[in-house]
Amino acid sequence: MGRAAITVEGLAKTYVVPVREAGMGAAFRSLFQRRTREVAAVDALEFSLEPGEVVGFLGPNGAGKTTTLKMLSGLLHPTRGSAQVLGFVPWRREHAFLRQITLVMGQRNQLVWDIPVADSLERNRAIYRLDAARFRRVKSQLTELLELGPLLERPVRNLSLGERMKCELAIALLHEPSVLFLDEPTIGVDVTMQRRIREFVAAYNERTGATVLLTSHYMADVLALCRRVIVIHHGKLLFDGQLSALVASFASHKTVSVELGAAARDLSSYGEVISREGGRVVLHVPKADTPRVTARLLADLPVLDLVVEDPPIEEVIERVFAGEPAP
Amino acid sequence: MSFLRDLYAALIRIALLVEMQYRASNLIWLIGMVVEPLIYLVVWSAAANAQGGTLGGFGPHEFAAYYLVLAAVNQITSGWHMWEFQFRIEQGQFAFLLLRPVHPIHGDLAENLAHKLAMQVALLPALGALALAFRPHAELHAWSTALFPLALGLAFAVRFVFEWTLALACFWTTRIMAVNQAWFAVLFFLSGRVAPLALLPAWLRALADALPFRFMVSFPVELLLGRVSQAEALSGLALQLGWIGAGSLMLWWLWPRAVARFSSVGN
Repeated sequence: MGRAAITVEGLAKTYVVPVREAGMGAAFRSLFQRRTREVAAVDALEFSLEPGEVVGFLGPNGAGKTTTLKMLSGLLHPTRGSAQVLGFVPWRREHAFLRQITLVMGQRNQLVWDIPVADSLERNRAIYRLDAARFRRVKSQLTELLELGPLLERPVRNLSLGERMKCELAIALLHEPSVLFLDEPTIGVDVTMQRRIREFVAAYNERTGATVLLTSHYMADVLALCRRVIVIHHGKLLFDGQLSALVASFASHKTVSVELGAAARDLSSYGEVISREGGRVVLHVPKADTPRVTARLLADLPVLDLVVEDPPIEEVIERVFAGEPAP
Repeated sequence: MSFLRDLYAALIRIALLVEMQYRASNLIWLIGMVVEPLIYLVVWSAAANAQGGTLGGFGPHEFAAYYLVLAAVNQITSGWHMWEFQFRIEQGQFAFLLLRPVHPIHGDLAENLAHKLAMQVALLPALGALALAFRPHAELHAWSTALFPLALGLAFAVRFVFEWTLALACFWTTRIMAVNQAWFAVLFFLSGRVAPLALLPAWLRALADALPFRFMVSFPVELLLGRVSQAEALSGLALQLGWIGAGSLMLWWLWPRAVARFSSVGN
């Protein structure tokens, strides 16, 4: 293992927010007595990313994901803790650092609304000091990978949301950053476009060896791109490891599907019946009981087929975020 | 330097392309910028006529010269940075400017210059037509005409630096438009827009001399129209440089604090 691309130690961010009750009286009182409270958006985060890793950064809304990405890209000063990205302290925002990273935040844009996409790319060429040959090479690669050809000469305001998102990615990657912070890069676009964006990020990582920290509410993005995930909740680290280990850690149940051939019987004595369709019954069985229950099913019933699976990752994540025990 | 040249060439080109998308709205802005001095010109000319032909050394034709040059100078030195900053903060756009490896002031300066360049296409013919209608008169001197472009450039720099620095107040109060309103109210009086500064009471003139506003608009107008002596012209240019220095120093001190404020509050 070489030197980590991203190192985060004890990183914390606390916001001071004004507190005011609703109503005229409260508004009047706030003129004389301003009350504030502290909100810990991120609390003592610790993790590191090796160069070239693609890591999913997961958590429910308000978990502190965007705040963390903003600290790592240099937009926010932490309240406590330290971080290094490519050997730089991000919030010093040295130009040499800014030239090596990019932050893509949902549908917010770097593109100039009124003019063709190609002109916005030209502006970023000058901002990032790219020489003409490098600019042509990267632009042509991005055009090919993202299928931008017909879009480049169109004004941004005439593009669909998905088309705009592809162009946003292109302009964000024009300077070939070594570290990508992608905050909901597929939000609001249709499934086909989501898939294309995922394929593009994977290809970019493969071609350039860039390190990627990705947040997304679409588990398909995470499943397709990330072997490792970091889960945070209420600003605290909840899990850091392989995606498969996340299920093992958080799923307390397994899904057992039984094909009985004939009309299904009542199997509630074996586990929680989730669905029953024809001869097929799906059960949730506590993980520890799974071997015993499957053995009983095979012994007691005329089983044609039996499949034991972990619950879908989406379900596990959803329950982890909701603070419920995972299935 | 070649980086800055390339950067400004690209930024100004992009800004000009954007300007061309807003021809109608630019024309309306321009009408506003020409109508305002025109109203004062008509009002002050009427006042001069009522006083027997002149008022404080200005007759109707001198007022015409004053307000036509002022319309051009005011347009060339004007800025909209406080409005722009509020929009950026409210829309969460400021973050992208901080992520770029260049200071955001370069983009704003380039946009401002491009806007001025684009507007001259309509402004100069409009002022030419008004000159034919109002027949301006002024005692032009070769030396003051030669110094005018320098004074105009410095006036632009004074106003740009002060207004951009003041716009940073946005990081402490997102409702910068109140500051904007107060600033323009003072600018209105003390930069010679409502009336030539020579017509103001002595104490207001002294105030105008002591503050930067005169050097943002009125001074280049006075210089071109031959209303300042050579010594006053040189001290005016020196004061413009002094105000640019003071404004830049303020900007240099305030900018890291504004960014630190943004970084601690977030957007």
